[in-house]
Amino acid sequence: MNMIGSRVNRAFPGLFAAAALALATGPARADGHVYPLTSEPYKAECGASCHVAYPPQLLPAASWRKLMSGLDKHFGTDASLDAKTAREIGDYLDAAAGTKKKVSADGAPLRISETRWFRHEHGEELPASVWSNPKVKSPANCEACHTQAAQGDYGERSLRVPR
Amino acid sequence: MRFRSIVPAVAASLALLTAPALRAETPADFLKEFESAARAADPGFKGLSSQRGEQFFKATHGGEWSCASCHTQNPAATGKHAKTGKEVAPLAPAANAERFASPAKVEKWFKRNCNDVLGRVCSPQEKGDLLAWLVTVKK
Repeated sequence: MNMIGSRVNRAFPGLFAAAALALATGPARADGHVYPLTSEPYKAECGASCHVAYPPQLLPAASWRKLMSGLDKHFGTDASLDAKTAREIGDYLDAAAGTKKKVSADGAPLRISETRWFRHEHGEELPASVWSNPKVKSPANCEACHTQAAQGDYGERSLRVPR
Repeated sequence: MRFRSIVPAVAASLALLTAPALRAETPADFLKEFESAARAADPGFKGLSSQRGEQFFKATHGGEWSCASCHTQNPAATGKHAKTGKEVAPLAPAANAERFASPAKVEKWFKRNCNDVLGRVCSPQEKGDLLAWLVTVKK
């Protein structure tokens, strides 16, 4: 690692330092499965009662706009908000939404679990019995396995798949 | 003499300051609010009933869900969201001091949940009956 590092560093001065910096700072941590949640209204209204505050980064802005325009019929329940709060949260989601191809490859899905990225991350290694476990119940129930999901942390270290 | 003329004014301002809060902040405040709204809506109003409130909570009202679908049959217990499985904090004020403490929250959740369970808004009588029962539920 050191050898490769020093070779890369010699060949492309600054590149190594840039990579190290990127690892240490915010946005790149998303690749380490930690997603910053910076809006208090979002956390309070979209992460306290029915489900965790899903990482805004995991759907494109077009998806969040669709979701926000249909809150009164939100996956079979009424999740309507007052106009002021809805506007605040909508603005936050617009700014924080995912821009990477992995989240927008399939258009503007309404569920994170419908993105190719989610299916890739969860589909291949997991037996079907994980989803039918009553402790898990639904792919919407991130916290069932990602024990720190409420803090936006989906890292391996806090992952506990219930039996 | 001068003081005497000030006293009634001071007393009046004090009365204003100590008058019952305009915004409901406790289960008792909400009970009063629902009761007076129910009386205003129905000239034949005969009071709130905790027994009717319990039935209302546990009934499905022609749809798929009841209040108990998420809050469980015991509103002092931790519930579980019928769809997502997420924990729902207890609803009975004895078990959760945050319940019936904020008008905005009470309004928001009655609007959403009545729509989910009954497909319509709840009447003041229904809300009052329900709360009359919830405040009797022990932890």
